[in-house]
Amino acid sequence: MGGIGKYIVQRVLLTIPMLFILLTAVFLMLRLMPGDPVLAMLGGRNVSPELIEQRRKEWGLDKPLGTQYANYFWRILHGDFGRSSRTGKPVIKELFTRLPATLELAIWGIFFASLFGISTGIWAAVRADRATDHAIRIFHIGSFAIPIFWLGLILQMIFAVQLDWLPVAKRVSGIYAYTFSPITRFYLLDAIILRDGKLLLDVIRHLILPAVTLGIALTGFLGRMTRAAMLEVLDTDYITTARSKGLKERVVVLKHALRNALIPIVTVLGLQFAILMGGAVLTETVFSWPGVAGFLVRSLDARDWNAIQGTIVFIGIFITTVNLFVDILYSIIDPRVRY
Amino acid sequence: MQVTRFLFSPIFKLLRPLKRHRLLQIGLAIVAAHILMAIICGPTGDPNDPYGITRRIPPYDPTKSYREFPRLAPPSAEHWMGTDHLQRDVFSRVISGGWAPIVVAFSSIAISLTIGSILGWISGFAGGLLDRVLSLTMDAIYSFPSMILAIALVAVMQPGLVPMIMAIAVVYVPTYFRVTRAEVLQVREQTFVEAARAVGAPWGRILLRHIAPNTVNAIMAVSSFNIADAILTEAAMSFLGYGLPPPAPDWGFDIQNGQRFLQAGYWWLITFPGLMILSLSLGFGLIGEAISDLLNPKRRRKKVG
Repeated sequence: MGGIGKYIVQRVLLTIPMLFILLTAVFLMLRLMPGDPVLAMLGGRNVSPELIEQRRKEWGLDKPLGTQYANYFWRILHGDFGRSSRTGKPVIKELFTRLPATLELAIWGIFFASLFGISTGIWAAVRADRATDHAIRIFHIGSFAIPIFWLGLILQMIFAVQLDWLPVAKRVSGIYAYTFSPITRFYLLDAIILRDGKLLLDVIRHLILPAVTLGIALTGFLGRMTRAAMLEVLDTDYITTARSKGLKERVVVLKHALRNALIPIVTVLGLQFAILMGGAVLTETVFSWPGVAGFLVRSLDARDWNAIQGTIVFIGIFITTVNLFVDILYSIIDPRVRY
Repeated sequence: MQVTRFLFSPIFKLLRPLKRHRLLQIGLAIVAAHILMAIICGPTGDPNDPYGITRRIPPYDPTKSYREFPRLAPPSAEHWMGTDHLQRDVFSRVISGGWAPIVVAFSSIAISLTIGSILGWISGFAGGLLDRVLSLTMDAIYSFPSMILAIALVAVMQPGLVPMIMAIAVVYVPTYFRVTRAEVLQVREQTFVEAARAVGAPWGRILLRHIAPNTVNAIMAVSSFNIADAILTEAAMSFLGYGLPPPAPDWGFDIQNGQRFLQAGYWWLITFPGLMILSLSLGFGLIGEAISDLLNPKRRRKKVG
């Protein structure tokens, strides 16, 4: 037990400088990139100098860099990201209302990625170096070469517009906009709590296309990992032993090999949250999904400085925290992680 | 002379397996076709005929709205990929839109590769406090979603080609830093480095002659995948409206425009530019896969039984 406790303390302590450095890097990048953010935010030419000055003051960009930096951290420590000039509400509140939507999408995205990725990865490994293997590998590379926003639009076009099987966008149908008041804001969970079957079906139907879109973005990655891990495991002596015992190939692959191959896969899966968030930006935009990442895009469009900076900081803190928990969780599950 | 031979020897080694490696062949063919298309149909600087080295390719001026063209017409013999809402020829726009993603991807990866690997070499070689601070910084940036960071950075600059290059370059620096640093740490402990040190070679020489060339393989595999990724990031930026200013032909931005007409069933506006992005990125992905295959033969299963 002492080992675990020590590891957790070390890991938590390491997170603090990482977070500090990340937030500093974000601050510096947003300010030191060439070009004037205020000017860019106001749309370039034909802006009166008075307006520029006013905005600069409003966003606190008129003060010296050191003061800005101190203010920035002071406000982060107080959870105060200022007000969004687009919605008029505090940015932090906007972010927390939108977080469940992003998480729900991310969780189902991981689900579909695992479904497609792990199954095709196993199949490719079993058929290594044959035609099936080549086809699956090209599918895997294709899945991370596909522009995710385009994939979303194509799926919309086929399944929502042409076939009319699924809704085009949003989290629920219009009729629920007035009758449904969310409790946890995880709509799937809400529908179950409210014991509303129709709502549940509606939520699921809205979730499928965006979740599949996001899932495919991670499929190639997972599939390649699975294939590589399976190939390694299938080459070991205990698999040969299992085979020579006369076990069915199915049992050897799924029970003996897969279980051991899953360890490295699961370890990296948790750390793919960053890629998932990147994909969520585009998925949420295409599907008008009211999440954190889509909020960032709309804030960028609306030149809403407080919201932009706040969302980036929020995503940074969120991802660092997720990585911390994932690491700790694995150290408990798999003692080999601790060192 | 010798340094260049050292640096390029992996490339010669890679040319040999080209004969029998199918993935590499397909990937290189796709990329070569795209680059050729970008050269033939790219911008000319001539305001009367802004795209294409001959008048006939692309068939129409991709930036011009022709009054005699139908609006939003489906693909036909006259317009192979249809026309858009501004009465422009989609085919002409699609074939002349390839140069921007290629230029952006190559330049940004070249910048981040240079900065990242130099920092990685120095950090891994020097060790100590510098290494710790640099590693923590790079890890911190690396943990952040690169797509989000790049989009935010390009948005706080003015939209355009150079800001896109810079934004993408910044987010990939940590990737190269991590790869080279890890390699350096491994190579540094090997006997030939120790031998060089023992005969009193200056550290700059050890770094350039003995350590750096041994990290090139790993860098090459990573950069191929990175270019594939950079193309998608560029497309995403254009899609969100931070790419080339209109009316320049731009795959991502054309898809955004087509999105408005999707519900009406005008499929050709988004399908063709998207296929171009996919194939270009796929080409580099295949090359990356082939390189990592060749560098890491263990990933191919021995045919035992």
